[in-house]
Amino acid sequence: MKEQTLLEKVQPVRLENGLTVMLKEIHTAPLVSHWVWYRVGSRDEIPGKTGVSHWVEHMLFKGTPRFPAEELERNISRTGGIWNALTYLDWTTYFETMPVDKIDLALELEADRMTNGSFDPQEVARERTVVISERKGRENSPGFQLKEALRAAAFRVHPYHHEIIGDMADLKTMQRADLYEHYQTYYRPNNALVAVAGDFQTDSMLERIKELYGDLSPGEEIPRRARPEPAQRGEHRLNVEGPGDTTIVEVAYHTPPASDPDFFPLLIMDSLLSGPRGLNLFGGGGVSNKTSRLYRSMVEENEVAIDIHGGLPATIDPFLYSLHFIVHPQTSVDEALAILDEEITRMQETPPAREELQRAMKQAQALFAYGSESITNQAFWLGFAEMFAEYEWVRSYVERLADVAPEDVQRAAMKYLQPQNRIIGTYLPQRNGR
Amino acid sequence: MTSTQPLASLRKSSLPGPDDITRREMENGITLLIRPNFNTLSVTVSGYLMAGSLYEPLPKMGLANFVSSTLMRGTKDHSFQEIYNRLESIGASLSFSGGTHTAGFSGKSLGADLDLLIETIGETLRRPTFPGDHVERVRSQLLTSLDLRAQNTSEMASLAFDEIVYKGHPYQYPEDGTPETASTITRDDLIGFHREHYGPREMVIAVAGAVEPDKALETISNSLGDWHNPDQPAVQTVPPAPPLEKTERRHYTIPDKSQTDIVLGVAGPSRLSPDFYAAKIGNSVLGQFGMMGWIGEAVRNKAGLAYYAYSSVSSSMGPGPWTVSAGVDPDHTEQAIQLIKQEIKRFLDQPVPEEEFADSQSSYIGKLPLALESNAGVAGSLLNIERYQLGLDYFHRYEEMVREVTPQDAFRVANAYLDLQRLGIATAGP
Repeated sequence: MKEQTLLEKVQPVRLENGLTVMLKEIHTAPLVSHWVWYRVGSRDEIPGKTGVSHWVEHMLFKGTPRFPAEELERNISRTGGIWNALTYLDWTTYFETMPVDKIDLALELEADRMTNGSFDPQEVARERTVVISERKGRENSPGFQLKEALRAAAFRVHPYHHEIIGDMADLKTMQRADLYEHYQTYYRPNNALVAVAGDFQTDSMLERIKELYGDLSPGEEIPRRARPEPAQRGEHRLNVEGPGDTTIVEVAYHTPPASDPDFFPLLIMDSLLSGPRGLNLFGGGGVSNKTSRLYRSMVEENEVAIDIHGGLPATIDPFLYSLHFIVHPQTSVDEALAILDEEITRMQETPPAREELQRAMKQAQALFAYGSESITNQAFWLGFAEMFAEYEWVRSYVERLADVAPEDVQRAAMKYLQPQNRIIGTYLPQRNGR
Repeated sequence: MTSTQPLASLRKSSLPGPDDITRREMENGITLLIRPNFNTLSVTVSGYLMAGSLYEPLPKMGLANFVSSTLMRGTKDHSFQEIYNRLESIGASLSFSGGTHTAGFSGKSLGADLDLLIETIGETLRRPTFPGDHVERVRSQLLTSLDLRAQNTSEMASLAFDEIVYKGHPYQYPEDGTPETASTITRDDLIGFHREHYGPREMVIAVAGAVEPDKALETISNSLGDWHNPDQPAVQTVPPAPPLEKTERRHYTIPDKSQTDIVLGVAGPSRLSPDFYAAKIGNSVLGQFGMMGWIGEAVRNKAGLAYYAYSSVSSSMGPGPWTVSAGVDPDHTEQAIQLIKQEIKRFLDQPVPEEEFADSQSSYIGKLPLALESNAGVAGSLLNIERYQLGLDYFHRYEEMVREVTPQDAFRVANAYLDLQRLGIATAGP
């Protein structure tokens, strides 16, 4: 079993102000990747302020009194480094991957903008239209429209019901004070994690992090606003109409959080149904899904779909396992769903063969090896799982997949893949093309 | 430190070079480049051959892409399911793609599984059977992707741009064809195109990752060493793309969309042109550096009009596009185009300030280690070294070449290509 562990243990260090630090030396290239994670995302938003986490993320690129935006941009970009930020359901994260001799700038910048963001009112106003433009760009995509409607139908009570970018109504009305309050509440060392991977010495890096972040004062107790979603009672179906010629279906089942013991059997189940998927955010590439059960059945044998993909995001609270497919033009949505249900029933009636599980494991191992090539990816892994579980979750990922028995997969399929636990969303094109 | 001093310099020992790249020309015309890297567990194999859309007849637009999309659908050795079962069972991947000049492939596996990966590349390139039922399935997939393309404002603006700027030039046509042409391509067309154009001459393969060069050479030689195709035609080149006589504009209407995409620009230099580096670094100032250079600063940061606004020089064997792209609210399209034109004017009126130019040079140099971090990045760069005859010491000379370019060079080159009176301006949206 041991050789299946591709990542070494990393011990989190906790500073007195509550900041968690995760460090991993990798000496294969003269690069360092530095990440700061905040335990806040769209999960922490209430109606009227949806999208605030993402907008605040944008504002932190507008600089601080010490690091005005233009200077910041210039100083990082001229090293050839990459820097960006991501806002998700449960977290917001900022990162820089830079040549080793320039990384100190990233550390200084992140420590500074943890508490000193300017939030200039004029910049807030300008960024409002940028974020609205970002949302409108997404609205151009049928897939986004379907996902947004489906999410809203799946979560009536829990804040996972709205898209991370926020509702247009809130993007038009939120004010600088809303953004700033959010920033002051959540951007605190006791709500943050610093992860660094790359070509450095642990002792001196930890020392430098203490120097820069150690004096930041912790905030009040961080509010957690997520209200639990009651169990769904009965299948929901919805349609979204829009331009185009392509019918798209998304079927989503309520599933447990990443920390739940059922999550790993569900990951294996997903791999068998819709193909392998790794935890790589930065390159590494994937593995195709042509021999997965649903691809074979829906695309090849019965030709009811053009393509199919699945997704089981790792989240703090119960979220969704979704299957997304393009309906073959010569068939109907109902026919396609009937074939999908046949495969789900097969998974529920008969445990998969052990060889299938071993295959899923081999795929997961390969995907980990591919992702390990990127220092940015390795640094991402350090912080990622800490947002909903702990680093051990990523580190022992392959081992835990190996521990899943065929009967566990069957049981998970029986428990979660029930019609009354799902939402079926269909994008119905108002044919205006060819 | 003043800003003209080097801000990034490369540790050459960590970059691929003549010391650790093995280059071999096989008797049948295949060139191999191999760079081992045992810091990783995996290996990437990428390559190309001269079978792009340039070689297809116009009524069969999309044929070359259709062929590359169908190669893995069955061979004389294995069925579609067997091919993918062998690859996916070990977590390996392989895919083919059709470009304008070339057909390309890229595969990845753990180092220990290289034999199977190369064997699969060999059989899919040499012995595809194009099974009839799979041809129809791929056709359905291609037609669906064309339907999705027709709804994509960014892709349709790019197509409209190509129609304006490359009128009468091979770059006018999309590699994936149109619904009309994709519907009429037959299985015999696929077989015929493959028979005529797939062959080892001028083919290049790059291998990067956890493998000894001798081992990779032997495996590739076993799979592809005895491949010959006497029918392979000569390599085709493309003519220059003359500038437009005057600015031309086209709008592609896609009803009910909430954002309009703009693509605006000219035909730029080829990768082989001496103007290439000056264009690239000048363009970095114009629309890449930081949050997308001057264009991003004007359109996104100052005016708040767009989430993305940037410029790019997409050089290849021929005169690739030099464009500015932005996605904007349909009501702000004209304002955004005016702002973009203003920035281009500033770029053409006088050389870029030295400091800004030096920042972009440093950024270019500093990016190299990141681009070469993964095996896929190294393999892709090795292919470029061969394709554009850059030399095995290219990465070692890279910093010097970038630093040699001056703001005056960039100014001259920008004015040689960009002309506000001769732009192609394409928009797609409601």
